[in-house]
Amino acid sequence: MSATTQGQLPVSESPWQQARRRFMQTRMGPGGLVILASIFVFVIIGSLVLPYDFYVVPQPDEIRFIGRPPAWGRPFGETGMLQLDVMTLVANGGRTSLIIGFATAIGSITIGTLVGVIAGFLGGKIDSYLMRLADVFLMIPSLFVILFLARIFQGEGGGGVWSLVLVFVAFGWMGLARLVRGQVLAIREMEFVEAARALGVPPLRIALRHILPNAIGPLVVSAPFIVGGAIISEAFISYLGFGINPAVPTWGNIISESAKFLQQGNWWWIGFPGLFIVLTALSVNMIGDTLRSALDPRGRK
Amino acid sequence: MSVGASVPAVEVKDLNIAFKTAAGVINVVQNVSFTIGKGECLAVVGESGAGKSVSALATIGLLVKDQSIVTGSVLFRGEELLGRPESYMRKIRGGGISMIFQEPLSALNPVTTIGEQIAEVLVAHGRAGWGEANKKAIEFLELVEIAQAPQRVKQYPHQLSGGMRQRAMIAMALAGEPELIIADEPTTALDVTIQAQVLDLLRRTTRERGTALMLITHDLGVVAETADRIAVMYAGQIVEEGPAKEVLRAPASPYALDLIASIPSYARRGKGLTTIQGAVPSPANFPSGCRFHPRCRFAVKACAASVPDLAPRTGDRSVRCFRADEIKGRLA
Repeated sequence: MSATTQGQLPVSESPWQQARRRFMQTRMGPGGLVILASIFVFVIIGSLVLPYDFYVVPQPDEIRFIGRPPAWGRPFGETGMLQLDVMTLVANGGRTSLIIGFATAIGSITIGTLVGVIAGFLGGKIDSYLMRLADVFLMIPSLFVILFLARIFQGEGGGGVWSLVLVFVAFGWMGLARLVRGQVLAIREMEFVEAARALGVPPLRIALRHILPNAIGPLVVSAPFIVGGAIISEAFISYLGFGINPAVPTWGNIISESAKFLQQGNWWWIGFPGLFIVLTALSVNMIGDTLRSALDPRGRK
Repeated sequence: MSVGASVPAVEVKDLNIAFKTAAGVINVVQNVSFTIGKGECLAVVGESGAGKSVSALATIGLLVKDQSIVTGSVLFRGEELLGRPESYMRKIRGGGISMIFQEPLSALNPVTTIGEQIAEVLVAHGRAGWGEANKKAIEFLELVEIAQAPQRVKQYPHQLSGGMRQRAMIAMALAGEPELIIADEPTTALDVTIQAQVLDLLRRTTRERGTALMLITHDLGVVAETADRIAVMYAGQIVEEGPAKEVLRAPASPYALDLIASIPSYARRGKGLTTIQGAVPSPANFPSGCRFHPRCRFAVKACAASVPDLAPRTGDRSVRCFRADEIKGRLA
């Protein structure tokens, strides 16, 4: 850049870069990112190094209710019954659980944003139809639908990952749609939107470049919580025995299996998948909370 | 001021604006007419609620259609703008008539760079493609005298000072090469020293380019320095219209007289400042007859009975008052 008599201007920093800087300046935000990244690394490398296929697991010679506790060579211990390596189960189960978490977040946010922007921007009849549709979905108890669908899928050997994601998304977009719609309604009345209209900027560009970027703050904040929420919901539903087919391990159904043998003292069998669920939920909450304060305009420095 | 334009940039005739409210239809602007020539500046002056901003928004077609009734005529480039579809008006806005808002911080998108917001106007009106528009944005920032323009285009509104933001708004308004710029209280949000600079810039750039300027303000000091003509509005009507210098020197309507006499000035040093009693009536219950008569110190019986016309007078002026002849010359 050319040097001028007034000296160098400060580096241009977009509000997004500003938020990122403020996020990275905290302890909670990067801390959460490190925990989540570690979980990812463990799950990805673990599931590659220690593949797991339910259908080729050899039958053990003798049935034991108590597995073997953690030791060298098996840091997470071994399960009772089939005598499986818990680390193998947690790594492979983690892959499924994380896929469920992120797929649910991506799906719900996409549909929620789309519905919210269309409803808020077009308004009128389309708005009321879409919002009534959201109301209908909010009125249906999602747990009932999940358990009902699980019963159907169980006839075919348990539910699949994607059918569960589908149900989570189907019952996860409404809150987001309302959130985005509210934002769009507020922002489209703002003066810079009127100024853009007064200068002849086309409506599609106003929606995409003026309204949407100013509306997605709350959405970004909610994303980590959706990931965590979906992982916990899966665990909870699988624990009840209505979730993913036990042949495909998830953190939830590992815990579900282990709980049957907890009284025999298999603490490592339930402990390690449980720890991973807790750590994932903790890290996404740390990230989400920090994002919330980093994006809060009142906290801008 | 030399106003040698044969065809005016904009010609507004008998503009009437009414709002549909829960309490019924309320007339907020009545029979407003004005003409602005190329390169000329018309100041529209009046208290809050006089109908200045609403008239401007109606001119550019930005009033919400199903909440307002706009009648009369707005001729731009010799063509009627009222009743045109949104697609037609979109091309007019920014490309034919631009608008500058009062508070530049809220009128600029906080998450988009200044450069992109200028370039966007250029692209929207087919003045350039994106690549060229980004380069031209720098030229427009230089035109509005922002130093270090190549770096400034990459900055966001919160990184600019108030004066620079309003300069950037002016650059955006000029980018579409409009023939009329409506500036709605463009300097109210700025501090006094910056006000003068920004006004001077706005007046110079519009005059150089032959762009007509409609300056909405309640600051008569601004008018004296900037405007060629002045239209004083009260309660939705124009009460006096004419060359700015003449009207400010010798107002002929009681409202304009008191408005001008309420401002401290060197010419009237030693004399007390006038105050206007009461408040602007609400559009829902304008008084009968002349709308100013309850507050007017010159009111006679006739004023309450019928509305005076905006009558043309000598010197290219028009005044809405029964006693204009007596009132003219009261100032000084």
